Amino acid sequence: MAISTSTPPDGAPGHTLPAGDGTGEDGLRRRTLLHRLDVRGAPYAFVAPFFVVFAAFSFYPLVYTSWISLHRVELSTLNVMEWVGFDNYTALWDDDRFWNALINTITIGVLSTVPQLMMALGLAHLLNYQLRGSTFFRVAALTPYATSVGAAALVFTMLFERDFGMINWMLSLVGVDTIDWENNKWAAQTAISTIVIWRWTGYNALLYLAAMQAIPRDRYEAAAIDGASRWQQFLKVTVPGIRSTIVFTIVLSTIGATQLFGEPLIFGQGPNGITGGADNQYQTLGLLLYEEGWKNYQMGRAATVAWAMFLLLIAVFVVQQVVRRVLARRA
Amino acid sequence: MTTDSIPVRTADAPPRTAPKSRRNTAPGGQGRRLFRHPGAGRQHHAGPVAYILLGIAALFSLFPLYWTMVAASTDNTRVTQTPPPFLPGPHLLDNLAKAWQDAALGKAMLNSLIVAGVISLSTVLFATLAGFAFAKLRFKGRNILLMLVIGTMMVPPQLGVVPLFMMMAELGWGQKLPAVIFPTLVSAVGVFFMRQYLTEALPDELVEAGRVDGAHSLRIFWSIVLPIARAPMAVLFMITFVHAWNDFFWPFIVLDMTNPTVPVALTQLSAGYVRDQSLIMAGALLGTLPLLVMFVVFGRQIVGGIMQGAVKG
Repeated sequence: MAISTSTPPDGAPGHTLPAGDGTGEDGLRRRTLLHRLDVRGAPYAFVAPFFVVFAAFSFYPLVYTSWISLHRVELSTLNVMEWVGFDNYTALWDDDRFWNALINTITIGVLSTVPQLMMALGLAHLLNYQLRGSTFFRVAALTPYATSVGAAALVFTMLFERDFGMINWMLSLVGVDTIDWENNKWAAQTAISTIVIWRWTGYNALLYLAAMQAIPRDRYEAAAIDGASRWQQFLKVTVPGIRSTIVFTIVLSTIGATQLFGEPLIFGQGPNGITGGADNQYQTLGLLLYEEGWKNYQMGRAATVAWAMFLLLIAVFVVQQVVRRVLARRA
Repeated sequence: MTTDSIPVRTADAPPRTAPKSRRNTAPGGQGRRLFRHPGAGRQHHAGPVAYILLGIAALFSLFPLYWTMVAASTDNTRVTQTPPPFLPGPHLLDNLAKAWQDAALGKAMLNSLIVAGVISLSTVLFATLAGFAFAKLRFKGRNILLMLVIGTMMVPPQLGVVPLFMMMAELGWGQKLPAVIFPTLVSAVGVFFMRQYLTEALPDELVEAGRVDGAHSLRIFWSIVLPIARAPMAVLFMITFVHAWNDFFWPFIVLDMTNPTVPVALTQLSAGYVRDQSLIMAGALLGTLPLLVMFVVFGRQIVGGIMQGAVKG
């Protein structure tokens, strides 16, 4: 950033220093030079902090992960790296816990993302009406977003408690038997998904609402002339009108789902958290990464899990693109 | 809107909706309709069904927080009875005081305040600088660099967590706050957000006028950009603060219980350290309280900011 501040002139001492208004010929030349330097250089100086920090703390580690995954590195001796080639990868491939965690990540991801985005769409549609107290409803919808994973997971763990939890109590009122939310695999995954849904639905709804408000009104009018009902207008005008935002939220939620960590960890209450329940019934890839690295002290294997997560993300995006193409062609 | 759309409107919607909503969008919220398409937004009046559904949604959003407060104000025996309590009890302050001590929340709160404060300030500063450059300055490679910024939003932090941990150990930052602060000093979302805002809100003529007057870029940034960008900077600050305060994965890995942030300290409550359910809820309430207060005070601005930043996402 030194470029944009005026530097002391390094010209010969005999020269007159350029005055503030730069009248002398030397002063003028120096000013245009400085000016050109400023115009050329300042933009780079302005964007540099972002790229420097990103390169140092995000990009470099990302690349270095692949190198570490080819080594045996123990948590207690981080500077001792022993080359093992692809051993970590083959070990992971043969590890049942990996496939279990992979499938759990996908099922919890679907269980949390799909209802979340559908509900957000409905909520945004409601918020798009002309409302009394719209600010209240918007802030209320966004409040869970301000709650930390820790607090949210603690509260829901209690609500889902088997013996005295409020949810089982309410279910008992309508004649449903007690559900063991912690130990039953699907119940546990549903409970964890509920925490995710609760925290993020309002946030996504606001993204949709913003996009909905940018849809020109004449499209609705045109649809109305064609005799479209409100529901048809919603399907044929609103949803296509915010399609890019929907894709954006799907991408964001997918990334979030592949990283799921805090909710299952805290839901497991202590030692069971890291393994994702007594039978790994809700262990995600994020938890497996932590278990390998910080419980089993094998950083190389943890890096391998990170790579698996990366590949999963890429696979999801490829599938997403294919689905999008197919849908677009059909439309 | 053209005049021929008027008969259509009368044919379909109740005739008064459209003109009324137009009146609402035009003069009222000058700054607020920044990214809004002129004449956009379908604004039927909400019927009773919509209000009921919204009421249920609001209940779902707020009830867990309300119940946290209820549970935190009773004692452990009451909270573990069925039916569960629905009204606050008399022990709120006792429980808060005890949870504060048991989970070392004092230190955690101070840590979180430092972490979230520093991260938010630096994110806002660097995002505004870079956003200004991307929005209004011409330079070679601008589009490619901007694509890079957007691309970095897709990279989840967990992928680099192992080397990052080793880096921090080497730097001697293990269990220390810089380990949490440095990796998140900048945010791609923030850069993008400020660029979107400044592209529209900052007239090119103003920047050129500054140049003609002989101001260098930093001076233009300081005297022209900053005053204009004050509102979105405040929004970005609050959003970043919420994120940094709630961030869990990396702080959980790199910090330990002797020097935690609030979310890390809260795991101690669930990990069998404290077995008293009311105390757990009191801790959860304390950890969330600062942000809830912020939401009550600035909720409207935060909502507006998220919506503004979203439209073109």
